[in-house]
Amino acid sequence: MPNSALIDALATFLPVHRLLRQAAELAPYESDALTAFRSRPGAVVLAETQEEVVRVVELCHRHSVPFVARGSGTSLSGGSLPVAGGVVIALNRLNRIVHLDPQRRIAVVEPGVINLDVTKAAAPHGLYYAPDPSSQLICTIGGNVAFNSGGAHCLKYGMTANHVLGIKAVLPDGAVVQLGGDSLESVGPDLAGFFVGSEGLFGIALEITVRLLPRPELYRTVLAAYHSLAAAGDAVAQVVASGLLPGAMEIMDNLAIQAAEAAVHAGYPRDAAALLIVELEGERVQVEAEFAHLLQVVEASGPYEVRVAKDDADRARIWKGRKSAFSAVGRLSPDYIVQDGVVPRSRLGEALAAIQRLSAQHGLRVANVFHAGDGNLHPLILYSGRTPGELERAETLAGEILNLCIELGGSITGEHGVGVEKRAYMPAMFNPVDLAVMNELRLAIDPKELANRGKMLPDGDAPSLTHPGIHPLEQQGVISRA
Amino acid sequence: MFTALAGTPLAEVQAALAEHGQYLPFDPPLAAAGATLGGAVATGLSGSGRRRYGGVRDFIIGMRYVDGQGRLVRSGGKVVKNAAGFDQHKLLVGSLGSLGVIVEVSFKVFPQPLAFATLQISGLSLASAIDTIGRLSTSHFDLEALDLLPAEGAYTLLLRIGGPAAVLPARLEHLRRWQGRGEAVADDAAIWQRTATFSWLPRGAKLAKAPLTLAALPALDAMLASCNAARRYIDGSNLAWIAWPGAWDELDAQLLALGLSGVALLGPPTEQPLLGLHNGANLAARIKQTLDPENKFPPLNGGKQ
Ligand SMILES: Cc1cc2nc3c(=O)[nH]c(=O)nc-3n(C[C@H](O)[C@H](O)[C@H](O)COP(=O)(O)OP(=O)(O)OC[C@H]3O[C@@H](n4cnc5c(N)ncnc54)[C@H](O)[C@@H]3O)c2cc1C
Repeated sequence: MPNSALIDALATFLPVHRLLRQAAELAPYESDALTAFRSRPGAVVLAETQEEVVRVVELCHRHSVPFVARGSGTSLSGGSLPVAGGVVIALNRLNRIVHLDPQRRIAVVEPGVINLDVTKAAAPHGLYYAPDPSSQLICTIGGNVAFNSGGAHCLKYGMTANHVLGIKAVLPDGAVVQLGGDSLESVGPDLAGFFVGSEGLFGIALEITVRLLPRPELYRTVLAAYHSLAAAGDAVAQVVASGLLPGAMEIMDNLAIQAAEAAVHAGYPRDAAALLIVELEGERVQVEAEFAHLLQVVEASGPYEVRVAKDDADRARIWKGRKSAFSAVGRLSPDYIVQDGVVPRSRLGEALAAIQRLSAQHGLRVANVFHAGDGNLHPLILYSGRTPGELERAETLAGEILNLCIELGGSITGEHGVGVEKRAYMPAMFNPVDLAVMNELRLAIDPKELANRGKMLPDGDAPSLTHPGIHPLEQQGVISRA
Repeated sequence: MFTALAGTPLAEVQAALAEHGQYLPFDPPLAAAGATLGGAVATGLSGSGRRRYGGVRDFIIGMRYVDGQGRLVRSGGKVVKNAAGFDQHKLLVGSLGSLGVIVEVSFKVFPQPLAFATLQISGLSLASAIDTIGRLSTSHFDLEALDLLPAEGAYTLLLRIGGPAAVLPARLEHLRRWQGRGEAVADDAAIWQRTATFSWLPRGAKLAKAPLTLAALPALDAMLASCNAARRYIDGSNLAWIAWPGAWDELDAQLLALGLSGVALLGPPTEQPLLGLHNGANLAARIKQTLDPENKFPPLNGGKQ
């Protein structure tokens, strides 16, 4: 039930067309890219200024109403799923690039700025913004910050956290804080680094200082086709062991190749069981020398075909196919689950073989297209929601893949976050003490558990305030009842 | 990646990694003086090599630490990419022992460049040095390090490159031609050793570091020159190493006046190692209260806000 006192307060400064209340207006905000879940918010605020965001958060806090920040809603883990009856704070209109300083290689942006727009603004100065999620045409920097998003080119220069220097944020009680700054260095605890990846539980990023990188002089890209997925996985370990540091190293399996070919005609060898894309970048003379070495390593890994990108257009085609693969898989199947897990790079071949076994066991097709250089798997589990029982089987298979990642010493998510989707798996990765500390940190920052309630932490549904008796943190004076 | 106990000497880590052709890209200083891995994390120290890929915060991927309630806590993981849970290991970077005792850390590592070479550009005014750094920053040159040091009434820039030995002469020559001047340093290793060991510190001087930007450099440098403080600026002036001749509270006041922050590193112990300006005190205090409610560890910055 929406809180009418809160709505009245919001209506005093928000025009009706930016305070959505009607069912039809709310519908587009009921879910994110994890479409299996939906939930109706009480209201959606289309914020236009940072001050408005702060005011909305303050009011939600005063009225104890949960809120969820929303960028473009492309989260694959249900991160921007609304809390039923709560407020969605939509940030797309906070899309100013406040400042861009080429000499210092930084940009200060509002959270609603689209990822690729940062690179577009930096390009005239020979710079770019490195993290490149496949969704970079639509996803926002605010969403990237919340999930520490990655992309194909995060092997060398790291994920979002490695590119965020400073964050101005409103904490869930309305306090505005500046974390980090505009230097690459910092002193004291790395608060900006701590905020990145907190999945919206620590409040809302209002302004983000990101570092930019100079565009490399030369890219050299090679595509190798293999008769087995495991062979491609093993090739990754060989490249890693060779002493080369590629800017990107990606794998696509046959299903993903078929999908990408149908969608964008990338020119991939269609019969390959797996395709490995490796790219080197840097100064021309060095890249040329290293590329010769790379080709030797790749040839020695047993591919049946090796193609080198001839020019920029060729390279762009290769990446277009890779980046469109997720959505292209939609052509192969009415429904699919995008899974995201990590295994040690040395065990990629083993993990891929196991996934193929699981796929056969459950009688469901799995397409693999992933950040191989980071050991970050993205199995796409194909199913039809119309066939009774298939969704459940797909979910079981997805869960078994996560367990496999944990068994191999990896993680339940590399970049899509825990969201609502993987809360149940957190105890498989962290012990009760680890989780208790995370929960306490959350409560210290958000005692009422208003910011993105029900995400990431298992049993995150306000246990402290609904449980009978005094919570240990209350006893210590860390939290108090409103 | 690797995992090691916090008390492991950096030198031991570096030697073990070198056997596999790997290195710590954030280039922690003071390894030869016996610094440990946990110490590098708790003080948040990176060296000149941070120019290439980033600092200690960018390479730490997981940790086990003991908090103020005596709990052994794990954060992050042992794989190079991991988005699960809150990254408390980031909090412990630079925490100076105020939040917990670091027990074990995991790092992402990279292949070590096979060889290095350095171009030295001397006799620059500060303004032309700043101009050069700015132009280099938007150029396609991949520098392992970009240090600026005052020398004989002028300024010297050190530009280090790394890669296969066969291509370094050509790369160095491109750099020199692009810049229009500069000469190759004869003993590359020795010159960077001087920075990493702080052998340039005047006898008895204290050492502090201050995060910086190119824009803030002129005012800071003028202040340091007027106080007769030896200094070096690394990573294109993102960090100042300051050999401070006076008392800590004087540097504290000077940095504050310039709107900069800093941390005291070597010299007489101080209750307030964090100097100058501080951000995020509100959030930091809540974290401290959670991890160390009874103040078993030193307070964040001597309790000063
Ligand atoms: C086709 C496709 C491809 C994708 N490819 C990749 C990929 O390669 N790599 C990758 O990492 N991800 C990928 N994703 C996932 C997704 O795009 C990223 O997680 C992205 O960062 C989400 O951005 P968004 O603006 O859509 O955020 P939303 O989905 O709107 O929100 C995501 C989370 O961020 C929070 N949030 C949003 N703004 C703020 C803010 N200002 N402050 C605090 N919290 C905030 C929300 O509450 C939510 O929890 C892909 C998704 C799709 C649909």
